[in-house]
Amino acid sequence: MNQKTFLEQLARFQSFLALALMVVALSLASPNFLTVDNTLNVLRQISINLCLSLGMTLVILSGGIDLSVGSVLALAGAVAAGLLKNGLALPRFNLLVQFTVPGAVVAGIGVGLVLGWFNGLAVTRFKLPPFVATLGMLSIARGLTMLWTGGFPITGLGGAFGRLGTGHALGIPIPVWISAALVAVFILVTKRTRFGRHLYAVGGNERAATLSGLAVPRIKLMVYSLGGGLAAVAGLLVTARLDSATPNAGLGYELDSIAAVVIGGTSLSGGRGSILGTVLGCLIIGVLNNGLFLLDVSPFWQQVVKGFVILAAVAADKMGARRE
Amino acid sequence: MNAPTANAAETDVLLAARGITKTFPGVRALDDAQITVRAGRLNALLGENGAGKSTMMNILAGVFPPDAGEIFLAGRPVRFTSPRAAQVAGISIIFQELNLVPHLSLAENIFLGREPRNAAGLLDTARMNRDAASLLAELELDADPRTPVARLRVGAQQVVEIAKAISFRSRVIIMDEPTSAITEHEVAVLFRLIRQLKTRGAGIIYITHKLDELAEIADDITVFRDGRFIAAKPFAGATRDEMVRLMVGRDLTDLFPKTCASVGKEMLRVKNISLRHPERAEDFAVRDVSFSVRQGEVLGLFGLMGAGRTELLQTIFGLHPHAASGEMWIAGQPVSIRSPRAAIEAGLALAPEDRKGDGLVLMHSVAENTTLACLDEILRFGLIQPARERELVSRYVERLHVRTPTLRQAVRLLSGGNQQKVVLAKWLATKPKVLLLDEPTRGIDINAKKEIYALVDELARSGLAVVMVSSELPEILAIADRILVLAEGRVTAEFARGAATEEAILRAALPGSNN
Repeated sequence: MNQKTFLEQLARFQSFLALALMVVALSLASPNFLTVDNTLNVLRQISINLCLSLGMTLVILSGGIDLSVGSVLALAGAVAAGLLKNGLALPRFNLLVQFTVPGAVVAGIGVGLVLGWFNGLAVTRFKLPPFVATLGMLSIARGLTMLWTGGFPITGLGGAFGRLGTGHALGIPIPVWISAALVAVFILVTKRTRFGRHLYAVGGNERAATLSGLAVPRIKLMVYSLGGGLAAVAGLLVTARLDSATPNAGLGYELDSIAAVVIGGTSLSGGRGSILGTVLGCLIIGVLNNGLFLLDVSPFWQQVVKGFVILAAVAADKMGARRE
Repeated sequence: MNAPTANAAETDVLLAARGITKTFPGVRALDDAQITVRAGRLNALLGENGAGKSTMMNILAGVFPPDAGEIFLAGRPVRFTSPRAAQVAGISIIFQELNLVPHLSLAENIFLGREPRNAAGLLDTARMNRDAASLLAELELDADPRTPVARLRVGAQQVVEIAKAISFRSRVIIMDEPTSAITEHEVAVLFRLIRQLKTRGAGIIYITHKLDELAEIADDITVFRDGRFIAAKPFAGATRDEMVRLMVGRDLTDLFPKTCASVGKEMLRVKNISLRHPERAEDFAVRDVSFSVRQGEVLGLFGLMGAGRTELLQTIFGLHPHAASGEMWIAGQPVSIRSPRAAIEAGLALAPEDRKGDGLVLMHSVAENTTLACLDEILRFGLIQPARERELVSRYVERLHVRTPTLRQAVRLLSGGNQQKVVLAKWLATKPKVLLLDEPTRGIDINAKKEIYALVDELARSGLAVVMVSSELPEILAIADRILVLAEGRVTAEFARGAATEEAILRAALPGSNN
């Protein structure tokens, strides 16, 4: 009995153990790994995926999936960049609205929320499977990005905006602060709010949730909107970091984000998992990429290794669940 | 141990299972149970719900393996790894819950997985329909084999299940309450067919609650109680009283500690509730049902499968806002309920029939399930207060005697009875006025049932109005103050406590009865 509980505890912390193991191994293998600079570098690199994955965690916990986050990221970044640089021309009123940095940031996040809300509407009102609804949005948002940018990057956005991606506060990169703050907020949201409980219940058993009086469609709308909003935050960070909004930014990011959520132990069928798990998942992917880079492993091999890590994580998780 | 060696020596034994033990999380469903089927004979497996009959049947049919024990088919030990393996070996099963694919035709359902093919390897639809038609003719079901199963009555669907089982030409056929939803004529046809199967040398295990049926078809009886083998004997010479005593093993009055409730003011009144049938246009699943329940009263709703009991409760609870009509009052106030949310706000609570599928989030904890419908109570500044949650949950866990190691235990790991108590805890935490219970004791063991009965009784006494749907006659007779009988969506009879008999209720419940 005691031993079983110990194994269960071990299973619960498996992603943490995997991360610890990797960190130890990499610090032995490469002298450049466990340095302050490299650590901050890894944290900054994962902050983009972390923002996406927070939203993805909410969506997956609710029993859905969001394939559109990469495209939403691109459109939100492009809209913010475009508004900041060129403003918004309203020829009919003969007006040109200029945007400040906060204005452009709010507009970018607004774009993400609206697109996410639209995903939610497709899932709840039109009863589309989340996979299909967000696959459609993947294409729609990417197309809109092309239209908005005319297919060319929008560059030269100014230092104030760039600070969002490249600046530091107290020696720590701003993107790390932002993603850490979001992590704290969403841990609280998932663990301690009514919305959080409802979200888990909807993902765990939608019918039971409905019969318990939960407003299931409203909860899902909220979840997908948040997913879009968080993708937009990631888009702003990417754009600010590169001082450029490129039309194919975030291409394929949805897969990295799903990978992080899954590696973090969240069940793809919904109702089980945690934000903290996703943070670990992002760290594992980030450390893996960084470590393999430091060890001069070809990026092609990095992909292969990452794939195996996903398979191993899910297999270990399944075995853990069975042992219970 | 002490297996009946006399039986084992007999040559006409088709199927014998001995020492069968099966444990599910929290319940020992079967404990050293046994059953024997002989060629050309029908063995009626008797026992209350929860006696382990269905578990035994599932084991014999290869749905899941036993934890211990052995099965012999024609004298040879067998171990089935899947229902398919059992079917190939010659054991067919007619499940109580229908296992048909609604959108496939009758013929496609009957030959699912072994569809006839022509020389080119393509489906031979013509032959399949022809074979199906002849099977259906044998069963005197007047239906086109090309009709999708969803368009048939529940009773007719049951006949399709039977056709499917006999089409395997199996040596052993297991039937789980095949007559629970079919008309008298269909019962007569089934019995004739059973006699035919017996003369062909098939052995049949027949599960039923209707002891009156046995005289026509049974050769042997086997009785289970609380997962244990109690007795096996030839049917000839067994009296009804003896069978009941073997099944129950205790006085019914012990089981149902009904106390006299003082009935208060009316809490729920429904008038002319109707619900359109989900699949058949022009037809109704519930028609013009009217009744009322008072504080402290337990209203029993009895009906056979497909009578519309569950649909009625669901309609009242606001689950079918677009297909339902009728009027409702709660505590004297007219209400319009178009969602479960509105129902809960109005003071209704529904413990659904499918506890695991509809009532609980199985992977979540006792605490999370209990507070799911009343999270507002434990919020402060928008945040859940763990201390308040623990306090609230422990209060209900204690009141309902939920046996769980901790409040954080996943409900999936609790026994059926304790799961049902968690469902009740969730609803009591919303402080309802009216409690709607749909088959609250389905699939739970006898002691847990007893506790649920005591709880229902106590809740009524504490001022709740209770509407309880049940398909178990002794249960409903013992626990209800008043009984409404439903058949084909209508109320066909109403009985006061004491005025009802099993026979009278059953007569009113059979489809086609026009009183």
